[in-house]
Amino acid sequence: MSDNVVIICYIIAAILFILSLGGLSNQESARRGNWFGIIGMLLALVAVTASKEVTAYGLLAISIFPAVVIGGFLAARVKMTEMPELVAILHSFVGAAAVLVGLSLQQDSTAVHHAGIAGTIHNIEIFVGVCIGAITFTGSIVAFAKLRGSISGSPLLLPARHLLNLVIVGATIWLGMEFVSHGVIENPLVSLLIAMVLTGILGIHLVMAIGGADMPVVVSMLNSYSGWAAAAAGFMLGNNLLIIVGALVGSSGLILSLFMCRGMNRSLISVILGGFGTGDGGGGGAVQTPEGDITAIEAGATAQLLNEAKSVIIVPGYGMAVAQAQHTIATITKKLRANGTKVLFAIHPVAGRLPGHMNVLLAEANIPYDIVLELDEINDDFASTDVVLVIGANDIVNPSALDDPNSPIAGMPVLEVWNAKDVIVMKRSMGTGYAGVQNPLFFNDNTSMLFGDAGENVDAILADM
Amino acid sequence: MIIGVPKEIHTGERRVAIVPSGVTALREMGFDVLVESCAGDNADYANAKYEEVGAKIAKDANEVWSNCDLIVKVREPMESEIDKMNVDSTLISFFWPAKNESLLKKITTKHATVLAMDCIPRISRAQKMDALSSMANIAGYRAVIEAANEFPHFFTGQITAAGKINPAKVLIIGGGVAGLAALGAAKSLGAIVRAFDTRLAVREQVESLGGEFLELDFPDEDGEGGGGYAKTMSDEFIQAEMKLFAEQAIEVDIIITTALIPGKEAPKLITAGMVESMREGSVIVDLAAEQGGNCALTKPNEKVVHQGVTILGYTDLPSRMAALSSRLYCAGIVHLIDEMGGNDEYNIDHENEVIRGALVTQDGTITWPPPKPKNPGPKYSADSGKRPEKESAPVADLKENEKPCPFLKISKIVVMLAVAVGIYIAGSSLPEQDEFVQRFIDQLTVFVLACFVGWQVIWNVKPALHTPLMSVTNAISGIIIIGGILQISRPEIDASVILGAVAILLAAINVVGGFLVTNRMLAMFRQ
Repeated sequence: MSDNVVIICYIIAAILFILSLGGLSNQESARRGNWFGIIGMLLALVAVTASKEVTAYGLLAISIFPAVVIGGFLAARVKMTEMPELVAILHSFVGAAAVLVGLSLQQDSTAVHHAGIAGTIHNIEIFVGVCIGAITFTGSIVAFAKLRGSISGSPLLLPARHLLNLVIVGATIWLGMEFVSHGVIENPLVSLLIAMVLTGILGIHLVMAIGGADMPVVVSMLNSYSGWAAAAAGFMLGNNLLIIVGALVGSSGLILSLFMCRGMNRSLISVILGGFGTGDGGGGGAVQTPEGDITAIEAGATAQLLNEAKSVIIVPGYGMAVAQAQHTIATITKKLRANGTKVLFAIHPVAGRLPGHMNVLLAEANIPYDIVLELDEINDDFASTDVVLVIGANDIVNPSALDDPNSPIAGMPVLEVWNAKDVIVMKRSMGTGYAGVQNPLFFNDNTSMLFGDAGENVDAILADM
Repeated sequence: MIIGVPKEIHTGERRVAIVPSGVTALREMGFDVLVESCAGDNADYANAKYEEVGAKIAKDANEVWSNCDLIVKVREPMESEIDKMNVDSTLISFFWPAKNESLLKKITTKHATVLAMDCIPRISRAQKMDALSSMANIAGYRAVIEAANEFPHFFTGQITAAGKINPAKVLIIGGGVAGLAALGAAKSLGAIVRAFDTRLAVREQVESLGGEFLELDFPDEDGEGGGGYAKTMSDEFIQAEMKLFAEQAIEVDIIITTALIPGKEAPKLITAGMVESMREGSVIVDLAAEQGGNCALTKPNEKVVHQGVTILGYTDLPSRMAALSSRLYCAGIVHLIDEMGGNDEYNIDHENEVIRGALVTQDGTITWPPPKPKNPGPKYSADSGKRPEKESAPVADLKENEKPCPFLKISKIVVMLAVAVGIYIAGSSLPEQDEFVQRFIDQLTVFVLACFVGWQVIWNVKPALHTPLMSVTNAISGIIIIGGILQISRPEIDASVILGAVAILLAAINVVGGFLVTNRMLAMFRQ
């Protein structure tokens, strides 16, 4: 295939990718959008394989075939509750691939060696690509482990962590200059590898410092990084398709992260630097500690309340995902709706551990998306609602975000569930949420606590209805 | 400020815009209220009752119109009333701007500000001001009562010593507020009630009131046209629909039709033939009479008897229960005025979507229709039911689109300019003859453009789709596989080739896994 045809294929593929992302912004066009992406990817692969630069078909087949099997297997087997982990680990693959491509290019003996300023630019491209790739790789692995629960979700805060980050960044920049100029370290590969390890550590450290409640933002930031890594690879290879697609993914991931942060009323920088939930986020004054008695309730009484209610709003949180309670909840919803009860779902922008996590779980359980509403759409409706069922959510229904200026989550928009007639909160215990903030909602007169495993509790409610 | 309440002069109109309890509420907000003498007489609110709660009584209409800068009415004003209006004053009433264009033009000559009660957007927050719904509710109920009055049998079935009496069968066309109110009233009188609507979503509401939802024998066509509105149905569908009505006409005793298309003539759904096929003594109540009627034989404001079938075309059903309908209408007005800030903070806030929606002219400038993506008119439901969940979504979007943060906009432009200038300077400072450098500059341009495209494309994504979006962008970023592929074709297998091959492996897992899992997820989303 001639170069021109390959370039045309690349352009078409790039357009298809843009259409794909555009399609994904709307339910009606989302599936078509995904197909655009698949076709674009196939076209790009066919074009690059048919281009003059590629001749090693055997090796290509050997490296792609097992990947197709593994990828297909992963996609078919993953449970919807494990989606955040899957997305995180896939990000790490992109990061690793970017590192490998960079190293491969550096090792490439056949590549044309540019002289002067051109050589410098080329070297910088390789260096930046490897570093971004390494951050993405290790950061995603840590995110994956945190989401799986293999390591604790609470933020790890080393003393002088900001200084540590700065030192690493400084060292990396110095190594980058060495890599280009061969001043102190003569073998450029050595400086590249040291920089790779250092940025890898930076990736680990950055994500370790971020608390579980900020995980949606982290996952989406890593998504953005993986795009930048791909774009960097495009620069070093001089491949426009990689640059375009990388930039698309990078900037879209960035926007998604900004949206998430806006949902929490926090700045992106403060999330990335981590350390949230340790009490240092407040305005300096003492955080009010709620006082009073809590009312416990049994599953039977909850079922009774639901049966008598005319309108019910269900607020799902991460607890629902952990307990895999969405299917039972769907059955309860169906039953209530058959009785003529109005049932709505209220989704906070940062509920769960992945942007849109709750929507995916509810969709999996066949809950129609027109009764699943966003914070802005539903917040006024709580006042006219009989029963609100909070399932495994805490910070997103915390009134202190609105009325306690010293609370670490002050100013974050929350679901105003307390305006409803009755609120039932399903929780494991009186523990605090990921933000580590006590929730005065639990002490309200119209709040009843249903303790225990969310899965068992919803089963019991269904049985008693 | 003084609020003026003139007497309605439209023939047969018995309602009054403000009832005594409304006077109390308005006075608490800090307004004075001037009511035309005898304005509430037809709705059983005598002058004395107004005076008791502190309203002033004006001796005639002129006194009201000339003394008040805020006038509240039920019906749209007559031309003679507009003549009496003060320059620069404000009117709140039904106005129907789509139908009354000349009236709208005339009222602008008075530099008037008009808030139309019929234009209040039907979102959940505005339900308390929704006079269309409250009037439709009364009309639906009253339609059944009028039908019962003409119908020479019981509604309920009875088995008595004197013989068995079958229950009446009622067909209701259109399941909006009026249709559902009629359904409830007929059901509680004991009739067997069936209802039809093109929107399948209405089924649940019909069944919740104990009605039977009639379905067409027609493969899956739903009249739900997005955003909770009905869409125009295909010709085949309309044929099937007419066939259903023809069959039902033979069976039922009472038909209540509520099918309206805003701004257009009502669809003719009951033909003369269908009327003739009905049993003698049957009754048709046509709630669309004012818009030409759903029945071919309807005459507006009249009772027609055709081959033993009574056809009622009354257009004043809410007015026939003037005390109640005035009270409910008044509640809507009071809530609207409260929304506008009462007396002390009275203002017309364009940022408030309820007020902006109702505002048809301001200071003589026509502001109707409001800047809003125009929704297709509901087909069988000018009086369609509450659809707060559905309608609040577009409004939320609207807010985003309508009020882009000016700072953001400017900063965006500044960033774009800065980037362009930066690229230019970088390009000109580098030796131009070098082909590689030139290529780098081109790539940088492509990169920056692609960033902006990504930014623009994603800007309006729905939160519900964040996860699929992320997994699809993740799959797409697997494009790095191309980097690996370009590295493996070397004469001999060295470190570079092996690293490239591993990169291909990892990226391919990403591509395949990402796309498949997105597909799986999207397949689950359903309405």
